[in-house]
Amino acid sequence: MGAGLNTCLPASVKGSRVKYLLLQICVSSRVQVNKAARGPEKFSIEYIRKHAEEFEVGKRRLANMMGEDPETFTQQDVDRSIEYLFPSGLFEKKARPVMKHPELIFPKQTAAQWDKDGRPFHFLFYTGTPSFYSIMHDTFGKVLAIEKHQDQMRSKGALPQDSKQISLGGSRWLLKEELEEVLVENISDQDYSRFLQLMDKLLSLPFCALEEEFVQRFRKQLEIQSTKQEIPDVHCDENGRSYSQAQGRRKTATASVTLRDCGSGRVAVNGKDCLLYFPILQDREQIMFPLHFAGMLGRFDVQAHVEGGGRSAQAGALRLAIARALLSFVSTPAEVETIRQAGLLTADPRIKERQKPGQAGARKKYTWKKR
Amino acid sequence: MVPSKETESMFHTEQQVGQYYTIPSAQLKKAFPNGLPRRFQMQIKTFNEACVMVRQPGLELISYLKRADYAKPALRYILFGEVGCGKTMSLCHTLHFCSTQGWLVLHVPDAHLWVKNCKELLPSSSRPTRLDQPIEASQWLKNFKITNEHFLSKQIKTTRRYIWTKRESTEEGRPLGEMVDHGMSRVKSSSDVVGALLRELRLQAGGATEDAFRLAVAVDGVNALWGKTSLKKEDKSPVSPDDLTLIHNLKKMLRNDWCGGAILTTLSQTGSLFKPRSAYLPTELLGEEGFDNMDPFVPIPVSNYSDKEFESCYLYYMDRNWLQHPHSRTEEGRKELLFLSSRNPSILERLCSFL
Repeated sequence: MGAGLNTCLPASVKGSRVKYLLLQICVSSRVQVNKAARGPEKFSIEYIRKHAEEFEVGKRRLANMMGEDPETFTQQDVDRSIEYLFPSGLFEKKARPVMKHPELIFPKQTAAQWDKDGRPFHFLFYTGTPSFYSIMHDTFGKVLAIEKHQDQMRSKGALPQDSKQISLGGSRWLLKEELEEVLVENISDQDYSRFLQLMDKLLSLPFCALEEEFVQRFRKQLEIQSTKQEIPDVHCDENGRSYSQAQGRRKTATASVTLRDCGSGRVAVNGKDCLLYFPILQDREQIMFPLHFAGMLGRFDVQAHVEGGGRSAQAGALRLAIARALLSFVSTPAEVETIRQAGLLTADPRIKERQKPGQAGARKKYTWKKR
Repeated sequence: MVPSKETESMFHTEQQVGQYYTIPSAQLKKAFPNGLPRRFQMQIKTFNEACVMVRQPGLELISYLKRADYAKPALRYILFGEVGCGKTMSLCHTLHFCSTQGWLVLHVPDAHLWVKNCKELLPSSSRPTRLDQPIEASQWLKNFKITNEHFLSKQIKTTRRYIWTKRESTEEGRPLGEMVDHGMSRVKSSSDVVGALLRELRLQAGGATEDAFRLAVAVDGVNALWGKTSLKKEDKSPVSPDDLTLIHNLKKMLRNDWCGGAILTTLSQTGSLFKPRSAYLPTELLGEEGFDNMDPFVPIPVSNYSDKEFESCYLYYMDRNWLQHPHSRTEEGRKELLFLSSRNPSILERLCSFL
């Protein structure tokens, strides 16, 4: 801080009339700067290249430190090692220590857009979002080209219906955020909707298969969710009956279930019969749902252990555990997909909402007084 | 379901387990003015017939009764099982058998009704420490009269003189029916009448004369006699079961010091006071005192439906068009019902009443 000297006059002299006599000698070495007016920080290409080299070197050093082979040290290994060396108790995952390639960390920025004379490289520079408008321009050019091709075909006599269509199943358009990431510039909602309209127009033309590659650049493939599902293994106990085990959770209740094949449909929860443990019909219906949906009601014997939570939470936890254990007895992946789509394999994320200070409960407020 | 051709309980055998038999409505009103479970009474009104399923515990009890030696002291039988298994229904099946055989049936439909929710508690006229329940006693006497009309008017006579109040008394040698009528009209002394009636029956059952009769004492919810009551005296102190005249006399009846009959009882958790829902064994429900009093007894366990019995019940409901929902008539619906009711008779009945 700069040193400031205030010469103090005695109290009898202090007053508004003698303010101008107060001397203030400030020697300050720093000028106060408004940092927000600068705009976001700009990282040049050389800066990023330098940091990329440092990253590679650091990666090899880290591999040596951890005693692993530097050649086959993947990003996953890097994450694992950093988590080991710098254990963090922070809840927010993005706030924890991270070692990644600079391209992933520093936001993408556009390269220099004008030459040394100040003339812009891109012909659409003065639109403000040159990459977006250039894509729209290219797409419309392709639309015109396809229409011309169509006219040629029609004049030759080949029917438009013979051409093949682009398969759009299993993929979706890029979201607005993803498009912004690709183009490295901001676009508004109206621009995005115009983009989608133009793409739909392109796809509505009969010969759009010619531009399939161009269109697929803007579509993202969706993977089948059920391939990610973990199916528990089937074991065989000493009597020869096969069984599988699974866990499930709901609110604060945890359930672990053993499903035995060649049974008679009896359910035992914590050693007691299902009817005695869940006298309410709704809970028993919840437990019945996965077995009934898969059509395997009388086939299994269920042995369950459940603790925590209340009556409804325990029933929900049991339902999830039974559905998971059922998967190992289900034959085809298509059936697994139907069970997943029925919502039986999704863990219910709802928990009790936290009470906030200044309120009586999570949402309930104290009495409001007008005055 | 094949309706059993034998309407006589005497001829029911093991082969007929799972089949339904009908009680003719004339016998029904006479034998069970108040004895059947409430939901079964509603079912009788709906279906216009009383169809009871023949099940193994009932058959067992009837076979014991057939083979017992009535010259020896009365045997005590206790039907126990989980809630809703069919204990009361088995008891009613056996009682129908007894009444068709010409026994005198002393049926207390629910002993729990005598130890709770009593509107009037009078101090007893005969003994100062005891409490009378006039309403319950007169109600019971009315039902008793309907059941055993022919016995009361003709055969049994009083053995000694009973003095009810300063002005009323019953002479020796009068038919018991007169005593019962007196109890029904003079409500205040009805509890004492009940006590006297029980004493008379005890003394005269199984005699050697040709008009001897066999006595069946049936108490449903016998664990009420040794539990706690929810009644309070005027000074708010709790009443124990022994303070009530009706209970005291009934307990004397349950002692096996008389011959010529049988004591059939069931345990019931549903109406019991201060007992957890999971309790169903005799030791749990009777308590120490009750168990010692009832010991020795013949325990008869009642369990949920077996597969065959479940099938029979399901077919019966389908036959009577009780299952309206089209899905419940399919194989899948049957499996659902099996799972949800977990073979418990009362739960199955309640489930089907929704459909």
